[in-house]
Amino acid sequence: MPAHEIELILSRQLADCLTVPVFIVDPEGNLLFYNPPAEEILGQKFEETGPMPVGDWGTSFNPHEEDGTPIPPEGLPLVQTMSTQIPAHRTFWINSLNGNSTRISVTAIPIVGRSKKFSGAMAIFWDDEHRL
Amino acid sequence: MKVKLHGTRGSYPISSESGKTYGGNTPCVTISSESGQLILDAGTGILGIDFDADFPSDRIDIFLTHLHMDHIQGLAFCKPLFNPNKEIHLWGPRDSTHSLQYRLNQYLSPPLFPIPLRDIPSKLHIHELGNTTTELGEFVITSEFISHPGPTLGYRIQHGSNTVCYLPDHEPIIGRSRLYPEDAWVSGFNLAQGADLLIHDSQYTKKEYKSKPGWGHSSINMAAQFCDRTKAKRLILFHHDPMHSDKQIRKMYDKLMHKTDYDFPIELAIQGKELKI
Repeated sequence: MPAHEIELILSRQLADCLTVPVFIVDPEGNLLFYNPPAEEILGQKFEETGPMPVGDWGTSFNPHEEDGTPIPPEGLPLVQTMSTQIPAHRTFWINSLNGNSTRISVTAIPIVGRSKKFSGAMAIFWDDEHRL
Repeated sequence: MKVKLHGTRGSYPISSESGKTYGGNTPCVTISSESGQLILDAGTGILGIDFDADFPSDRIDIFLTHLHMDHIQGLAFCKPLFNPNKEIHLWGPRDSTHSLQYRLNQYLSPPLFPIPLRDIPSKLHIHELGNTTTELGEFVITSEFISHPGPTLGYRIQHGSNTVCYLPDHEPIIGRSRLYPEDAWVSGFNLAQGADLLIHDSQYTKKEYKSKPGWGHSSINMAAQFCDRTKAKRLILFHHDPMHSDKQIRKMYDKLMHKTDYDFPIELAIQGKELKI
């Protein structure tokens, strides 16, 4: 497998340094990397899952509205950024590993390097109940 | 294919006695075959090239990895630039904000230099590169952006079955002592994979690197680790720190060789040395 573009590699290096969950996806929406804080959301280590298609990660943490209405993958900021290539933000609820519904805010940004090519996107998850 | 190291020093040129063995000129490497020649970077090493004897062609191609001063400071005094019969092709990294010509002009113009780029007598052609492959005669040059502050390219130069990879300023992973286990996450991997010769940044000791993460350079240990990972066949340790004397550089090398057991040849870059691939 060829190496990723430098913008993705450096995004991962940044994610490794952060204490907030970060997801990185390629232009097709495949989850390329998530950092250890994000493992708490997905419930698995990245080393165990490896890259994951959007259909898998988009539903694995059961995103929903406050009233319980499920949010389809296309309603998630990261998936929206994938299709629009512009930043997206949304606050919603997920089921954490202990089964509780947790309110999170997600901001997704496109990764566009010097070649002006869309290389993927990065999402930062913010757990509203556990502010730093 | 012949590779000649005209400048091996990083950051700034030195002329002290204690640095004579490995050389004081900043990066410049030439690659020659029977059918053509390329110049990699235009540090002060470029001033040591005998253009009349070694570059008889009217066309000269210079591939810049990036525009930090140590890689372009020889350009302004490079004789062929002032010869109207010469066709100079400058290749370098594109940026999303300013053209390569604009950025070069920041240096090649008053007050830093008396003659603006537009008035240089040679026929100057400027080419912007990104992640791409360029064919030049029998050379196939692959460029990719790599980890170093500012737009910086690494080059993989192929001629027939021979391959040279040139990564003079490269920090494949920032602030860590080990590369990521997956090759896909290693900066510069595609360029160096299986190369016959890898010329790689090795500016710091392992200890020095700890206080300089993000400066864009590698420790000597990281250079060797990167070569091992990419399965390049021979490593030239390049971009010597100007603060290091020959004695210190040799000590770094001896320590690396004593503590590791890599199965590929590792050599210190020596200014003026010619390597055959």
